[in-house]
Amino acid sequence: MERPLTKNIDAGREPLGLKDYEAAGGYQAVRKVLQEMTPEEVTAAVKKSDLRGRGGAGFPTGLKWSFVPMGDDAPRPKYLVCNADEMEPGTFKDRVLLEGDPHQMVEAMIVAGYAMGADVGYIFLRWAYRLANQRLLAAIAEANAAGYLGDNILDSGYSFKLHVHTSAGRYICGEETALLNSLEGKRAIPRAKPPFPQISGLWGKPTIVQNVETLCNVPHIINRGADWFKSISRSAEGGTKLYGVSGRAKNPGCWELPMGTPIREIIDEYAGGMQDGLKLRGLLPGGASTDFLVEEHFDTPMDYASIAAAGSRMGTGTMILLDDGNCPVGMVLNMMEFFARESCGWCTPCREGLPWVEKILQAIEDGNGCAEDLDRLSAHARDLGHGNTFCALAPGAMEPLQSSLKYFREDFQSHITNKRCPWS
Amino acid sequence: MRVKITVDGKSYEVEQGDNLLRACLSNGLDLPYFCWHPILGSVGSCRQCAVKSYQDDDDTEGKIVMACMESSNEGCRISIDDPEAKRFRAQIIEWLMINHPHDCAVCDEGGECHLQDMTVMTGHDSRRYRFTKSTHRNQDLGPFINHEMNRCITCYRCVRYYRDYAGGKDLDAFGVHDRMYFGRQEDGTLESPFSGNLVEVCPTGVFTDKTFKQHYTRKWDLQSTPSVCVHCSLGCNTILGERYGGLRRVLNRYNADVNGYLICDRGRFGYGFVNSDQRISEAGVRIADGCTLESIDSDVAVRRFTSLIKNKESLIGIGSPRASLEANFALRQLVGKENFYSGASAQEFELVATVVDAMRNGSTQTPSLRQIESADAVLLLGEDPTASAPLLSLALRQSTRQQSILEAAKAGIPMWQDAAVRGLAQDSHGPLFIATPAATALDDIASETVRAAPDDVARLGLAVAHELDPKAPRVVKLGARLKLAKRIAAALLAAEQPLVVAGTASGSKAVIQAAAAVATALGVARAKAAAPWLFLTLPECNSMGLALLNAKPLAEIKQQPKGRGGSVIVLENNLYRRAKAEQVDALLDGKTLVVLDHVQHPTVDRARLVLPAATFAETSGTLVNNEGRAQEFHTAVMPTGAIRPSHGWLLSGLTACRPDEKHALSLEDLRAACAAEFPELASTWLSDESPTLRYAKEKVPRASFRASGRTAMHANVSVHEPTPPEDPDSALAFSMEGFRDPDAQLIPSYWAPGWNSVQALSKFQFEVGGPMRGGKPGVRLIQPCKDAPPSYPDEIPAAFAAREGEWLLLPLSRVFGGEELSSMDPAIQVRTSQAQLLLHEDDGLSLGLSEGDIVEIQSEVGSFSLPVAMRKNVCRGVAMLPLDTPGVGFLQLPLYASIRRVSG
Amino acid sequence: MLNDQVQKEIRGELEHYPTPRAGCIEALKIVQNHERWVSDTALQEVADLIGIPAAELEGVATFYNLIYRQPVGKHVILLCDSVSCWLTGCGKIRAGIKQRLNIDFGQTTADDRFTLLPMACLGNCDHAPSMMVGEVLHQDLTPESLDQILEGVD
Ligand SMILES: Cc1cc2nc3c(=O)[nH]c(=O)nc-3n(C[C@H](O)[C@H](O)[C@H](O)COP(=O)(O)O)c2cc1C
Ligand code: SF4
Ligand code: FES
Repeated sequence: MERPLTKNIDAGREPLGLKDYEAAGGYQAVRKVLQEMTPEEVTAAVKKSDLRGRGGAGFPTGLKWSFVPMGDDAPRPKYLVCNADEMEPGTFKDRVLLEGDPHQMVEAMIVAGYAMGADVGYIFLRWAYRLANQRLLAAIAEANAAGYLGDNILDSGYSFKLHVHTSAGRYICGEETALLNSLEGKRAIPRAKPPFPQISGLWGKPTIVQNVETLCNVPHIINRGADWFKSISRSAEGGTKLYGVSGRAKNPGCWELPMGTPIREIIDEYAGGMQDGLKLRGLLPGGASTDFLVEEHFDTPMDYASIAAAGSRMGTGTMILLDDGNCPVGMVLNMMEFFARESCGWCTPCREGLPWVEKILQAIEDGNGCAEDLDRLSAHARDLGHGNTFCALAPGAMEPLQSSLKYFREDFQSHITNKRCPWS
Repeated sequence: MRVKITVDGKSYEVEQGDNLLRACLSNGLDLPYFCWHPILGSVGSCRQCAVKSYQDDDDTEGKIVMACMESSNEGCRISIDDPEAKRFRAQIIEWLMINHPHDCAVCDEGGECHLQDMTVMTGHDSRRYRFTKSTHRNQDLGPFINHEMNRCITCYRCVRYYRDYAGGKDLDAFGVHDRMYFGRQEDGTLESPFSGNLVEVCPTGVFTDKTFKQHYTRKWDLQSTPSVCVHCSLGCNTILGERYGGLRRVLNRYNADVNGYLICDRGRFGYGFVNSDQRISEAGVRIADGCTLESIDSDVAVRRFTSLIKNKESLIGIGSPRASLEANFALRQLVGKENFYSGASAQEFELVATVVDAMRNGSTQTPSLRQIESADAVLLLGEDPTASAPLLSLALRQSTRQQSILEAAKAGIPMWQDAAVRGLAQDSHGPLFIATPAATALDDIASETVRAAPDDVARLGLAVAHELDPKAPRVVKLGARLKLAKRIAAALLAAEQPLVVAGTASGSKAVIQAAAAVATALGVARAKAAAPWLFLTLPECNSMGLALLNAKPLAEIKQQPKGRGGSVIVLENNLYRRAKAEQVDALLDGKTLVVLDHVQHPTVDRARLVLPAATFAETSGTLVNNEGRAQEFHTAVMPTGAIRPSHGWLLSGLTACRPDEKHALSLEDLRAACAAEFPELASTWLSDESPTLRYAKEKVPRASFRASGRTAMHANVSVHEPTPPEDPDSALAFSMEGFRDPDAQLIPSYWAPGWNSVQALSKFQFEVGGPMRGGKPGVRLIQPCKDAPPSYPDEIPAAFAAREGEWLLLPLSRVFGGEELSSMDPAIQVRTSQAQLLLHEDDGLSLGLSEGDIVEIQSEVGSFSLPVAMRKNVCRGVAMLPLDTPGVGFLQLPLYASIRRVSG
Repeated sequence: MLNDQVQKEIRGELEHYPTPRAGCIEALKIVQNHERWVSDTALQEVADLIGIPAAELEGVATFYNLIYRQPVGKHVILLCDSVSCWLTGCGKIRAGIKQRLNIDFGQTTADDRFTLLPMACLGNCDHAPSMMVGEVLHQDLTPESLDQILEGVD
């Protein structure tokens, strides 16, 4: 089983330095694209691999790149931004890559930067990732010194500067357009699309925002080709995926596995199953903004299409397990608290609707729920849906809510009827 | 291009690419909204304007979209009535109401509240939220604006207007999620001179008019009257609100060509002089001791007046740039045209004449204020418009976005996509070049600024003109400014619609002429392209009207052969602001002085006979603004007691002293006579707008039909309802009954079924933000002379050289405190900072001064003392003296003076 | 006045961006590194240094949860209260802190040593519950390990 993204990673030691990284085949992709390929060819190679964004939405990466204006008349400077904000609850996969193999991140930035003709790259890193910050800065310094970054890289005529920007908190910074506002030193309010960042992004210039994991795939696709990329997966969608498990499993963690590895296999073989005495009731397949899946779905392969068919979303691919020792209402309440707190305050439904949902859930959990509450919750789940709000934060928040109302309705009902939470 | 869209099965014609919300509103459809505003564009934050949109004819599902964020395209099909969209819109209101205090009964906005209207429109009517509301602390925002944050619905309009549109720096959005706060970083006065528009921009009662609050009246109980602002030369249109015989508030009145949706704080809050207890309210005659003014009743006053004006030969009439065209003309009729003087200072007279000459005899076009927003390259010479003509500054601020708007259009981003257009533009502005002696409030968005004395400003202008047209005179010894002149010339030439701005506030004829020269040369260089724009400001609200009446300059009075004896009639004017005291005294000595005015001033103190005149709020009349636009204002408050409109006093005098001649008896007669004598002015009134012609049978009601308590208003005096006052001078009635029609030309207020707030305005426009369906934008009286051959000044001023030990005193305009009438308003007085002499920091240091020191300014005409302000952004060698500084008296600037420190 | 060191650090950071405004968040964090929080005075000084209005900077400062506009203790405890930590018992950790330090979310100990704040998912969910004390991450928390950790803080 191939693990291209994590092959250099060993949690027990420091990450590879420049020399070791090169010895392990690192920076080959940079050499290859600079010496042998035009930017358009790089984009074409990524397109051919059918690589899809690993940040949550699964948008085809090569297609996204193809919207960037190229050529001499294209507006300059152009920017490449790596979304390393990773604040989706239950998600900790990008951290593994950033801490474990920072040079891979740097190399990926250079290759992607070259493809779009970027002049400057930013890694937008959440503040809490102190270790990743330290390691990235060290890797960037090494890469600068080795001539992989900076002016006229490897005599190719291509120049690219790379900076790490650490955020100051707020989940909404992960939304790509809010992220751009934050990078510009503004309140992280999302922007309307169109115009898409590829046309008018950072400082009004063509910009690509890409998730850490997505980018880290790129050097490997360049080195080994689209066919290889497709061949290492267990599904129609190519590549590997960093899957994670959190909650009360025996051995929570994060593993790079072929795309399409079934849910049950990940939980049982890698996460070691549930802790003793606990039963798995349901799970969120890819972070807090995805719909619950339950028993009947546990054999579903973890890939975009299959999870969608099961009624949820692959999201970040890091699953959160609900066991029978925890209250589903409490769990949803916890997530709604999170989303209400993290709403940027820009659009009415999200700003006002989420706190209302939170308060209703709190009332139910406290034994103060009333009969109409479930209808109110369902109405919110509907009215905070996609298109009704300005960005995808609130619609994402509604996914666990609506599915919990479907799968755990008796639990909600019993809270209201018995005026107490059975778990507390 | 017009395209057809379908809304709920009906077809409408709309502009291609317009956003669907505006398209719907323009077609008279009711669709609720909050964050969108005609001048602010769309940002899609409130989600109130949700409609169902269908992809094609087969699409029966449709999906919810925000109308304000969608472009209208041919074949576009949407539904406002769709049940799902309706339910969602009601849900939005319910969300907005979660924390709203529902304090409508005590809210200043109540009855005129966009939030109330939209709530009713969506049908949301019962509360399902059962948790506690959040509350906020309010801020003290100064004398103009009241703050009540609990009412906020977080539509972001306030910041988008105040910061993004008007360039304000001290109001912003704070906090996050459902704890948003809109206000200042700390308590304190809102600094922008355009803060008052928040009152109308905020859709609920967060920002309300503090001056109105002091004598609060329910909005629907006000009698509203269309008027024109008297506090600068731009002639912004206003709506005056009256109750109990007092002027209660001033609102914007939309004029598609002039002020659009906005007015400045001077115009909105400067009305206090009307209600002032310092007003001249009775006629008075000075008794023998020369000091005491004895009150006399009106009949006696008319008799006295008649006896003083009997002898026409020895009469002198002095008009006023702040009195109406009609009042000035009545005075002219009374004294005869050979005895009619302008009442402007000698310098103002000359500057205004220079402006009129440039407008009348030049080939350049004067844009309307609104058009200025679409200029894409601007050269501003000599003055700070924020102080001299505030709304011009706001229009110029928009013009600096024009190039980025064009840029965005190329990238496929429509202008109404506000955040996207601003995002693409980032901090790029302009081009806007500013050459003035001191900093201006537009410096933050200028491409380049130069600090120079007026003569050097003129030289720069002429150099630009020369770059554009070699026939314009060449300016030598420009130094580094030659390169600047080339840059300016290139930028103006490259623009689609270049604009040159100057005016009388610079106090320099050379600057005005240089501005005209740049515009002329641009016309030559651009050959067949659209005529370049030239916009020139004037000192006062009717400076232009007065100039059009061919009044003679004050200075010529000296040459009066008659010499001593006779009477001088001064119309609404304080001569001591117009000339040196000795000159005024010399002029008045030995003559009998009659003053018609409403405010006290030294000229009134000298009058033998004082006639209490109506303010602009108490009479009807016409003002001609700086672009030569004649606009009518109307009586909003019936004058009480002895107060009469000036033209009324003058006509009574005229009829009484010459009973056998035929005279104008009414305002209308007066206008007819004026038009007959000045054909240029004829178009002002001789349209079908004449009150008797248009509304022969029914008048337009000033009161709303929701007016309440009318019968109880005076019940403490008498239980009989008094007859409403008659206003013969306009087609308006102090009544609830009459002719109301959105197509009418006289629109005293905006109301439409379901629309009680000012946002009802869109029902009165052909298209949102476009011309009014009936309302009259005024009449342009002056047309440029299209084929005038280019002409340039013969003289080039010598370069300014700072003098050793002497400073060139220059006039400094101030938005608050620099204008006669508004300066009397208590709220404006709070906003008026102490007058300071402004110097370059290094000049101050060379004098051993530090900030705030008191200095004595000494010149050949005397001396006075002031605190000093030292800044980097001032031309070396000059000292800026605020206009109308108390205790300084009239000074003819520029003037050289020495400066000496008196105390720290 | 912002001291030279702070100013130098801020200027260095500004070099990463084409406009000074973009560095404003970083600048506030630098101030915080030195002074724990951003006072009104510091806010005004940063605004002046960067050349943006104080109100605008306040708008930015009050948006982000890691910019502190109120004084905080010497050590800020950021306790993750997001879903994976909730599932694994962050409530108990919160209670433990309350019991030991007598502070709840948003509060600072009387001796000014600790401030407790809730934190959105720390991205350490496989080792939940997690928290950060200052810049140090602590994971797999139990009420017992909590005691040790707090004891170990100087
Ligand atoms: C509320 C919200 C939060 C998000 N947070 C993240 C995040 O932390 N990391 C991330 O990579 N993408 C996040 N995304 C997705 C990004 O908007 C964007 O789609 C992604 O960075 C694009 O990269 P990709 O195509 O490589 O996945 C978030 C989206 C939303 C709506
Ligand atoms: S203060 Fe008023 S205008 Fe501003 S966001 Fe709130 S409701 Fe809107
Ligand atoms: S923050 Fe995006 S929908 Fe509200």
